[in-house]
Amino acid sequence: MMVLKILDPASETLFSRLSEKVRLAPNFFRNSAVVLDLECLPETQVCDFGDIKARLRDCNLIAVGVQGGHRLQHEAALRAGLPLVPSGRPTRTDNRPAQAAGQTVPPPSRPTLVVSEVVRSGRQIYAPGGDLVVTAMVSAGAELLADGHIHVYGTLRGRALAGLSGDTTARIFCLSLEAEMVSIAGLYRVNEDFTPEIVRKPVQICLKEGYLCLEPFFPVGR
Amino acid sequence: MGQIIVMTSGKGGVGKTTSSAAFATGFALRGHKTVVIDFDVGLRNLDLVMGCERRVVFDFINVINGEAKLYQALIKDKRVENLYILPTSQTRDKDALTKEGVEAVMDELRKEFEFIICDSPAGIEKGALMALYFADQAVVVTNPEVSSVRDSDRILGMLAARSRRAELGQPPVIEHLLLTRYDPIRVERGEMLNVNDVLEILAIPLLGVIPESQAVLRASNVGVPVILDDTSNAGMAYADAVARFLGEQLEHRFVKPEKRGLFSRLLGRTA
Repeated sequence: MMVLKILDPASETLFSRLSEKVRLAPNFFRNSAVVLDLECLPETQVCDFGDIKARLRDCNLIAVGVQGGHRLQHEAALRAGLPLVPSGRPTRTDNRPAQAAGQTVPPPSRPTLVVSEVVRSGRQIYAPGGDLVVTAMVSAGAELLADGHIHVYGTLRGRALAGLSGDTTARIFCLSLEAEMVSIAGLYRVNEDFTPEIVRKPVQICLKEGYLCLEPFFPVGR
Repeated sequence: MGQIIVMTSGKGGVGKTTSSAAFATGFALRGHKTVVIDFDVGLRNLDLVMGCERRVVFDFINVINGEAKLYQALIKDKRVENLYILPTSQTRDKDALTKEGVEAVMDELRKEFEFIICDSPAGIEKGALMALYFADQAVVVTNPEVSSVRDSDRILGMLAARSRRAELGQPPVIEHLLLTRYDPIRVERGEMLNVNDVLEILAIPLLGVIPESQAVLRASNVGVPVILDDTSNAGMAYADAVARFLGEQLEHRFVKPEKRGLFSRLLGRTA
């Protein structure tokens, strides 16, 4: 949503400059919702939100709320029909969540989905928010999806997509790589582009410096 | 209680109906009271392969709809004792198969017969799902080529997820692989997948390998199940597969090219 930062509500030029801006891209701005940011206003300054609302409407913008600022300003805004909306940044209002000192928040746990039967063609398995472990083979035409890592303790012939929601540290492990496609955080490689030293080998797949890296677990010759 | 066996494959034209006819006849020849049911509503074929197409009055769908009694629709085979055929309708479609209707027929057949063979239609839609839903055992019919193997893999997934045994959390459907239209000479030339390739992909026990044979087409056209042709390789291979299904330990035949004598080499190839 668009945010309009108000530095000086009494400024004569504010709305004329704003309407010039809107005129440059009328389709982009037409009837857009705008949140007024009061963070830079001094605590004691109360402005006429009804007036600001009306003048924004003249610029084809619709004020829908305020963020930041202080209690008196919030009350004035509410009277003008503008609710307080939570902003992305911490505001200077004082209702921050209290946190006990010395207590650390544990990292979010990653539930692991374990599948112990053969994953046949046409089946799709998704491990939301965590890892996926398959202790059998995965047929061609099957699809494994996980937000975390994917482990296949068998032959991987289907597709495997790890780090589905963008985790670039996710990895794929399999005992024998014959996959149709592998992908980590959206970077993918298809079977045709696999090099001979990884095909039908135990392989791990990870991202290194932004590149998809497929490497055998045991270097050739050992 | 009788065992319900589904003959299934996913892909069409791989030999489900031929195998259903052969297995049903094979069980009956060994003294087991057997019925074979055509689930391919609208594409009625089993009665042709069994050679009873001119004796069909009522069918499976009539029984499901309560328009006929089960014993009116069952056709007794004239050649083999203990063998019955339940043909399907040619004028209806797969929507005529209701789960309740099929279940009622299956429950009744289970009391009478030792083996109930369900000849599945191709595909993974309603007809195929109804054919496999009540199964205790499944014979997955596969040709040694990649598309057939992939479709069989899909059907194995459905057996594990969509059968009644899966839905009720009972022990899973017992799976068997029947590899049909196997041509050892073309396998040796690398034009077909070999048995081990297929077993590696599907990972289920091998029930039998049926060699490609002209006897199969001949048998379908005259309406005699190929297992009754005990001079043909295909007929012998089906007899072996039936014996293995019943628990006998037999070595797989017809997997390697036949060693040919000097005379047959001079006379050229024969079927």
